[in-house]
Amino acid sequence: MFLINCPYCGERDQQEFKAGGEAHIERPKQPTELSDDEWAEYLFMRKNIKGVQFERWNHAHGCRKWFNMVRDTSNDEIKAIYKMGEKPPAQ
Amino acid sequence: MNKNLRVKSSEYIDETNRISFKFNGKTYHGFKGDTLASALLANDVHLVGRSFKYHRPRGIMTSGSEEPNAIVQVNPGTNRTEPNVRATEVEIYEGLEASSQNCWPSVEFDIGGINNFLSPFFPAGFYYKTFMWPASFWEKYEFFIRHSAGLGKSPTTTDPDIYDHRNVHCDVLVVGAGISGIMAAKNAAKNNFKTLLVEEKNELGGSTIYENNEFNKIDNKAPSEWLKKEIEELKNIKNLEIKTRTSVAAYHQYNYLLARENLTDHLEAKDKTNKIRQRLLKIRAKKVILATGALERPLIFNNNDRPGIMLSSAIKKYSEFYGVACGSKNVFFTNNDSAYESAISLFNKGINVEAIIDIREQSESKIIKKVKEAGIKIYWSHSIVDTTGYKRLNSISIMKLSNDGTSVTGSKISISCDCLGVAGGWTPAVHLYTQSGNKLKFDDEKKVFLPNQNTSEQISVGSCGGDFKIDEIIKNLNQKLKDTLNIKETDLDNIKVEIDQENSKRNIWLLPSDKPLGKTKPFVDYQNDATAKDIKLALREGFRSIEHVKRYTTTGMGTDQGKLGNMHALGIIADTAGVKMGELGTTTFRPPYTPLTFGTIVGRNVGKFFDIFRRTPMNDWHVENKAEFENVGQWKRAWYYPINGETMHQAVQRESKAARESAGILDASTLGKIDIQGSDASEFLNRVYTNAWSKLAIGKCRYGLMLNEDGMVYDDGVTTRLGENHYLMTTTTGGAANVLGKLEDYLQTEWPELDVYLTSVTDHYATASLCGPNSKKIIKKIVPDLDLSDESFPHMSFKEAKIGNIQCRIMRISFTGEHSYEINVQASYGKDLWEKCIEAGKEFNITPYGTETMHLLRAEKGFIIVGQDTDGTMTPIDLQMDWIVSKKKYDFIGKRSLYRSDTMREDRKQLVGLLTDDPNIVLEEGAQIVSELNQSPVEMLGHVTSSYFSPNLKKSIALAVVRGGKDMMGKKLFVPMENKNINVTVANPVFYDEKNERLNA
Ligand SMILES: [Zn+2]
Repeated sequence: MFLINCPYCGERDQQEFKAGGEAHIERPKQPTELSDDEWAEYLFMRKNIKGVQFERWNHAHGCRKWFNMVRDTSNDEIKAIYKMGEKPPAQ
Repeated sequence: MNKNLRVKSSEYIDETNRISFKFNGKTYHGFKGDTLASALLANDVHLVGRSFKYHRPRGIMTSGSEEPNAIVQVNPGTNRTEPNVRATEVEIYEGLEASSQNCWPSVEFDIGGINNFLSPFFPAGFYYKTFMWPASFWEKYEFFIRHSAGLGKSPTTTDPDIYDHRNVHCDVLVVGAGISGIMAAKNAAKNNFKTLLVEEKNELGGSTIYENNEFNKIDNKAPSEWLKKEIEELKNIKNLEIKTRTSVAAYHQYNYLLARENLTDHLEAKDKTNKIRQRLLKIRAKKVILATGALERPLIFNNNDRPGIMLSSAIKKYSEFYGVACGSKNVFFTNNDSAYESAISLFNKGINVEAIIDIREQSESKIIKKVKEAGIKIYWSHSIVDTTGYKRLNSISIMKLSNDGTSVTGSKISISCDCLGVAGGWTPAVHLYTQSGNKLKFDDEKKVFLPNQNTSEQISVGSCGGDFKIDEIIKNLNQKLKDTLNIKETDLDNIKVEIDQENSKRNIWLLPSDKPLGKTKPFVDYQNDATAKDIKLALREGFRSIEHVKRYTTTGMGTDQGKLGNMHALGIIADTAGVKMGELGTTTFRPPYTPLTFGTIVGRNVGKFFDIFRRTPMNDWHVENKAEFENVGQWKRAWYYPINGETMHQAVQRESKAARESAGILDASTLGKIDIQGSDASEFLNRVYTNAWSKLAIGKCRYGLMLNEDGMVYDDGVTTRLGENHYLMTTTTGGAANVLGKLEDYLQTEWPELDVYLTSVTDHYATASLCGPNSKKIIKKIVPDLDLSDESFPHMSFKEAKIGNIQCRIMRISFTGEHSYEINVQASYGKDLWEKCIEAGKEFNITPYGTETMHLLRAEKGFIIVGQDTDGTMTPIDLQMDWIVSKKKYDFIGKRSLYRSDTMREDRKQLVGLLTDDPNIVLEEGAQIVSELNQSPVEMLGHVTSSYFSPNLKKSIALAVVRGGKDMMGKKLFVPMENKNINVTVANPVFYDEKNERLNA
């Protein structure tokens, strides 16, 4: 059970949060211009890395805010947390 | 007559408080302070159970939670009965009853014991190899297994006890209150860390508290005396909370630990009532100090499992702590010095020790000299090759060990004895450490797996960290405390320790016998009857991974998780396969460390608190009017209102007719409601719904369909424009929370530039939905001033109104196809509104209807229910709802996916109506649909999603999804059922009032 430092509320138990998959996948601005393959790339393709991964999380049972997390999936170490729209920290 | 084996009044046993208890139906006596195990041993009872596979008689082996054999059913036949309890952990109380578990019909005569004689036919993997084949025999095997292999009986009546959960936050959590844990907790608390010390036993001090080895001294005192003083001082320390009878079950990431606090299990029945029995502590600690100690290892030799064969350290604890002699003729078998301490402990209490068998060539410590002076015979370089005694050990045979330790030589000596203490060294209890996600390293010299690292958040101290001698323990504990707590001084700085402890040890994982291995029974896992032979067989059969060998031989898979024998299993595998133990690794130690009761796990979440449920403001009226309820998500919704003993079918038919012929009323409060405000609200709706919203006039309502980005229908509902920048969206009852979450996601992450605010108002409003040709007249009575003409208040529009003083919003929208109104009021006025409608509707025979009638009425109109007629694979096109998908809008959620090659296929499953050729046959929802009957395998074209008997059409109607169904209008298909094939015809899904004339009737 992680202890997650919500950028708006502070440290809270993992059960207040919902994981939202890979981060920094922007919805295409002009979907109609995309080929089926390009659209499928956006729609379906997600990484599942053993190691450092960029993820979206939502404080679902708290402030309802979405934010980003850098997590090492091999040992669940949370390396960084930053707000939506902010640049990911340098590796 | 029971033999009395009490040796001396112990300070931990209250001999003035005599307690009677029953074991296997017979009454025994013990004293306050005894465990079930110590009390039985005092009565000379060793035989307490049978092993799982061979049903061999088994006795008490240990004095703690690692016990593999003495597994009992406590209070059998009562509502407080509990299986799989370790007798070594049960504190006795007046009236306690317990029975052996793994035996049938009794522990003395056990039918399964025949397995012991058949054991050549029960090798490793026996269950996998035999009971799997032939499959049809399984029932016969199962009968045999269930009767003969008792795993205890679960209670059959309701648990009378209360359980609790508590969240605990602390700076430092110390697990285990032996010498290391006590000193760690004391120093942490003294340095202003909020500290919690938990101990699984009911007393503090671990094994040091009865450590009376005269050659060991701390500050010139016996270690036990010194530690008692330290414990006494704990009382005066602030910041320190101590919980005994509390065992840590699990250690998760980020220092989150679960512990079970046992509050009443040691009390008499009359004192248990109305108290919390067990409490689950959910602990989040900034730092964790593991001081879980070490478990003594047995030795693996032929027939090492007879009742009377125990761990050497357990014999010492029974004598020193409980004042019980485990036997009258004791022998020890060892590979290190610790058995000598046990022997001296017995000797000092006048208990006879016959001999010590030591596999080492020799050792030279003071304690050994003392043993020699006591006249106890020591057999150096000897090993036990066999034992005798079926229900109790009566002799051992020993022979000289060869230099390499792989064989025995010379002549056999037989020694008569009734108790054998085995000392195979110590295994650090690293279970919690590994659960926390950290790795172990193998120490080749000590032959133990040790924590690989100590971090700023977690340290392992004392013997669980690999320190076995008191001087090492204190020195290393002191340094680790300073490092992890960042403190300069501790109470340990000036402690003087004198010790005589030798670490000399000879390690042989599997001791040889004069018989070949195949003819011997060297048990490695006592509970699951896995022998060294089984492990070697698994290796011969090609298993290499330790996890595979474990599953194949069932080693370490019992309720004790192989706490005693796991190391030997690894050692034997390493020796046989010729690999290093460090490379082999260990099996995974999974939580819980010791079993938890279901009661502890669920806590207060039982009965009506098992799951959250929600009730509408009108709920009391539904209950008073005898509604049947159904669960929709978390909501309890009125399902139908039977009168005069109606069946559900009869009630629904009546309600459905009434709603179309005169007036019906439905509690629609559960529909999700989201208040949307902001200058970009219209643009936002344009992006999330498939249809256009910019031109919706204030005061008008519109039905919207929401897709996922993959183009599949996600939710639907009517949204009303309340003002220029203000909308009220409704969602399905079950989808409300997810829809809000999804909308928030898009707003926050994809379109943060939009000025839009979302608020869930589902619980803030109560909604009564009035429908039927007389609904208008009823509304007129309730709100006389409101202009209800079609010109002023047309279908799909909304008005603010007042019912008396109550402000309300009235939407003229319809889910039944009838002329309808939805009245929304503040939730607290919901019941009042409902009663007003019922009162006003009396003259029109207003009929309350539930969700079932609502479903029937909308099915007559071919309206879908998201989640019933759709399943996450249906596009609006599949639903034949092309009309709601805007062609003009550049983009909306899911639009692009509607033009993928897969979503544009003509042969997708599409929503159609189905009519049965026999109008009285009602199809089963979920039934499969085919076009051919004589095909094999038959091709499934789709399935029925909604099906009812329509009282208004006087025939059976159904909605279905059928592959290519759009082009099948009028086609004959079949619904094959178990006993018959039903002929059906594909039809338009709108069965009733196709031209929507009734909306304005
Ligand atoms: Zn938050």
